Amino acid sequence: MSIQGKKELVVAALQNGIVIDHIPCDSLFKVVNILGIQNLENGVTIGNNLSSRSMGKKGLIKIADIDLPKETLNRIAVIAPSAVINIIKDYAVVEKHKVELPEDLIDILKCNNPKCISNNEPMKTHFHVMDGKNITLKCHYCERIVKQDEVVLK
Amino acid sequence: MQKRNLLSISDLSKEEILALLKRAKEFEKNPNQHLLDGKVVGSLFFEPSTRTRLSFETAVNRLGGRVIGFSDARTSSQSKGETLKDTIMMVANYADLIVMRHPLEGAARYASEISKVPIVNAGDGSNQHPSQTMLDLYTIYQTQGTLENLTITMVGDLKYGRTVHSLLEAMRFFNPHFIFVACDELRMPKQYKEYCKKLGIEYEETKNFSPEVINKTDILYMTRVQRERFSDLMEYERVKNVYTLTASMLKGCKPNLRVLHPLPRVTEITQDVDDTPQAYYFQQALNGLYTREAIICRALGL
Ligand SMILES: [Zn+2]
Repeated sequence: MSIQGKKELVVAALQNGIVIDHIPCDSLFKVVNILGIQNLENGVTIGNNLSSRSMGKKGLIKIADIDLPKETLNRIAVIAPSAVINIIKDYAVVEKHKVELPEDLIDILKCNNPKCISNNEPMKTHFHVMDGKNITLKCHYCERIVKQDEVVLK
Repeated sequence: MQKRNLLSISDLSKEEILALLKRAKEFEKNPNQHLLDGKVVGSLFFEPSTRTRLSFETAVNRLGGRVIGFSDARTSSQSKGETLKDTIMMVANYADLIVMRHPLEGAARYASEISKVPIVNAGDGSNQHPSQTMLDLYTIYQTQGTLENLTITMVGDLKYGRTVHSLLEAMRFFNPHFIFVACDELRMPKQYKEYCKKLGIEYEETKNFSPEVINKTDILYMTRVQRERFSDLMEYERVKNVYTLTASMLKGCKPNLRVLHPLPRVTEITQDVDDTPQAYYFQQALNGLYTREAIICRALGL
């Protein structure tokens, strides 16, 4: 894969690791949170409000020398469905894919229903993804339907 | 022994529903069957519900089992701040089955994930109350001889009434025709109307509790309109009277029409309806015993 243009250079400046691109600016730090990036000892570069042809502005995270499983990365789809994962090896993008919402989200979100058992017991939350495109989730416990604009991180 | 929880009516297939109804019919013929000899059932009522608790505990007793438990969380260790998990772990050591009522939604499903014995949900907040739905289905079957192709009219609080939502879901297998009768404030939520559309279930919606509606109805399912649902009390007073059923309104009804109500009723069915052949809500409550006997046996794989 050839490296051309300034934008690609920002991405390619990483020798090995993962670039999470096209993150909505207001979700950037939530993505950091979901993936626990603040606890990593790897080299991490975070950019926000970078110009993007498709989104206007975007956020971007580069993590050096890491290999995260797809399931882990897909967890961010709930708040950043537009995010694109680039796997970098020797300065080249060897794999590129959009994040995909998994069928179940375990212990990532908080239920919006104050009367839900998951808000009243020390336990993991669990949501089923009913519609991955328009992001419609259903709490496994109280069966409350949650839409994307109502999503609250745990 | 197979562990089969009953948490939500939507967990049941058509075959499972029909099997439960068949079983309930056997218990209607003979409620006293010693199938639970030597068995202990935990009856955990984290919030009081005398009607449901008596029905379940009678079912256990008629089956020859024993009941342990509590009828109010204030008398249990929950009041000392014990988690639900710890209570369930403890009782699961003693009982072969747990019947539980809890004010929080999803409590029964969570309990089923930590309990080694089956859980029967006897109501979790405003979420699910599957034994109520099963007794409604049984009553419909009993009075109509079938569950198929019936016109079911739901009246009153269709917004917050979980019994009507669960009944709607359970009827999806039986090609129903629904008529939703409610004021604007208490209309059937969009979510359930979309559910009907998706499954090709016919429904009509009206504010008008009219003779035309009643006269084409097979099952008239009345619900309680609660004052606390209204911000405007004047509006409550008006609505309360509009959605009240009186005996004279049943004059032109189909002979097979039966009036159901999850009870307790307040003013939505006048006393004179009790004397009509259409009144069926007291028998409906009794059917709770037979269906709960069937639910308990299913849970224990008996
Ligand atoms: Zn919930």
